[in-house]
Amino acid sequence: MALVEVRNVSKIYHLGGEEIRALDNVSLDIESGEFISIIGPSGSGKSTLMHILGCLDSPTSGTIQLDGVMIHNASPRQLAAIRNRKIGFVFQFFNLLPKLNVLQNVELPMVYAGLSSRERRKRAERALELVGLENRAKHRPNQLSGGQQQRVAIARALVNEPRIIFADEPTGNLDSHTGEAILELFKELSRQGRTIVLVTHDPEIAAVTPRRIEIRDGRIASQVDPRLAGLAGATV
Amino acid sequence: MNLGTDIWLGFREIWAHKFRSLLTMMGIILGVASLVSMAALVKGMENGLREALIEIGGLERIRVEASEVPAHQLHLADQAVGTTLDDVEALKRNATFAQLIVPELRTRTAFMTRGSRQFSAWLFLGTWPGALEINQHEIAHGRMFNELDDAEARNVCVIGTAVRDALFGSPEEMGREIIPVGETILINQQPMTIIGMFKHYESEDDRRLRERQAEQPKPAQTNAGPARSRGWQVRSPGGWVYYIKNTSVYIPLNTMQTRFKTVTSTNPVPDRRISVINVRIKGIENLEPALQQIRNIMLNTHKGIEDFTFRTQEDWAEQITTAIRNARLSGGIIAAISLLVGGIGIMNIMLASINERIREIGIRKAIGATDASVFVQILIESSVIALIGGVAGLVTAQGFVHLLASVTPTGNAPVVTFSAMAIAFFFSLLTGIVAGLFPAFKAARLEPIRALRLD
Repeated sequence: MALVEVRNVSKIYHLGGEEIRALDNVSLDIESGEFISIIGPSGSGKSTLMHILGCLDSPTSGTIQLDGVMIHNASPRQLAAIRNRKIGFVFQFFNLLPKLNVLQNVELPMVYAGLSSRERRKRAERALELVGLENRAKHRPNQLSGGQQQRVAIARALVNEPRIIFADEPTGNLDSHTGEAILELFKELSRQGRTIVLVTHDPEIAAVTPRRIEIRDGRIASQVDPRLAGLAGATV
Repeated sequence: MNLGTDIWLGFREIWAHKFRSLLTMMGIILGVASLVSMAALVKGMENGLREALIEIGGLERIRVEASEVPAHQLHLADQAVGTTLDDVEALKRNATFAQLIVPELRTRTAFMTRGSRQFSAWLFLGTWPGALEINQHEIAHGRMFNELDDAEARNVCVIGTAVRDALFGSPEEMGREIIPVGETILINQQPMTIIGMFKHYESEDDRRLRERQAEQPKPAQTNAGPARSRGWQVRSPGGWVYYIKNTSVYIPLNTMQTRFKTVTSTNPVPDRRISVINVRIKGIENLEPALQQIRNIMLNTHKGIEDFTFRTQEDWAEQITTAIRNARLSGGIIAAISLLVGGIGIMNIMLASINERIREIGIRKAIGATDASVFVQILIESSVIALIGGVAGLVTAQGFVHLLASVTPTGNAPVVTFSAMAIAFFFSLLTGIVAGLFPAFKAARLEPIRALRLD
């Protein structure tokens, strides 16, 4: 059984009587430890797919299994628990809480997980070490550069040891140099065996991942999958 | 969820918007302050009234007064003997609920003179030494007349300070307090020796006022013309009680009967009737049986003719209760309205606050906050505002009460009670929680995806 199994998922919006299919009958599997990018122009449905996979949104039809749990019909409470323990998010705009310092931001998911303050502190410090920001723990997000803020966001995504990490345009708000450093960090995390899903519109960024799924008009237009071709770069 | 963290975050949120939070809290502060100071004012008023009630003998005192013969017994009217010392003796023997029985004989006109000074006493009565106790009197100078004075019908009297002020001059007038013990005055042309003087009776507030005026230099008298009494001046509720006590003149009962109640000098047989029998009963819970018992005994001595009535202070006590309840109610309504306004202010600011924090709520939900934890967070924030407002309100109330006390020195001193403070604080907290419910519900229902998309 794959870590994520998506079967015939559709997401339909109604906009003034008009039916919009943001996702149209999408099926895919993600194995544990994979490094995948979901690529597509804006409006293609890639973000909708990520939100549904990340339990932030629910599909109109179809089934999704994540780490043994059927999430397409889970209750809001269950979804919150899954987001907390099994999923880590990295966003384009970092989405750190400006009133909390770096350490508190990283600790926040563990607050909702109900960990003791000593455990929270220990794990947050370790996560900050991993992204190389252990000496910025007491800074506020607005005292850090964009790259540093994104590292804090990555530390926050990692801190609950999630089964899968979703990164939504993680380099979209960074200069190319810093963006490369962030991508390096993701590669390093992938080498450590973490499952990472990178969502981007930029084929150059998508090129860092072995497997690439291209979404167009709510459908999977093409896939690059090293397993199917036997070697990297084959197009199905 | 971590309650400590949430409370801490609530404080942070308030600190981040100091001025806005202060304005929001204003409603709660004023509500709590007005509730506490209103309760303090009412309590002060209540204390003043109760003080006066105790001064006239409290609820345990019953007055047995003479009355008309009832209509159905009019044919027996010529048999009626009226209230006499025989009744007092009968009550002393048989009224087991009575603790103290003191007869009283009044004379309508008491014209007192000393030299060119004159005075009409409000209360000129002949009584027994026990009147001191039953009427809550205290001798400040000299002594009360005793049983021997009464038995020998000596020409002695005990006066109140207002009588002294009129006949000898008040301390303010003379610059020192005159103690007229041993002096002789004329009461209805009969010489009487003053053997004692009561202490000066006044309410707490009158005492405060007098002390304030004594501190300040006396303003020059602006109104020209002949000297005159400037009329009644009773300030505090129940103040007339003190006035009456200060204008009292007491003499022994036998003196009253032989000197003032003899019909003519050629027929020196005194009228045996007395005006009032004062009875103090053993405990207020015995009021009903005591009244019944006294009635039975007196019906016996009066040959079944009911030419007497009872007067108790129940009505007055009830009036006090009613007045206090009304004052509490109106004060409570005012305070409730300001708390309501405060609550609306909190709700308004919380709604504005969650609108500008939609993104934060979205982030929190994305990293695993449940609806319930967002709900609790917003609720705690509004409660913290109310909590701080409540504490600030309690502090403000102390200042308020001092201000009120200094602005209106003639009123009763406001008394801040712990229960009023506890109630006000509880209601401020309740207001905060109730005002936070709707914003918290709204925040909890935010869909994370919508909240995150908003840029």
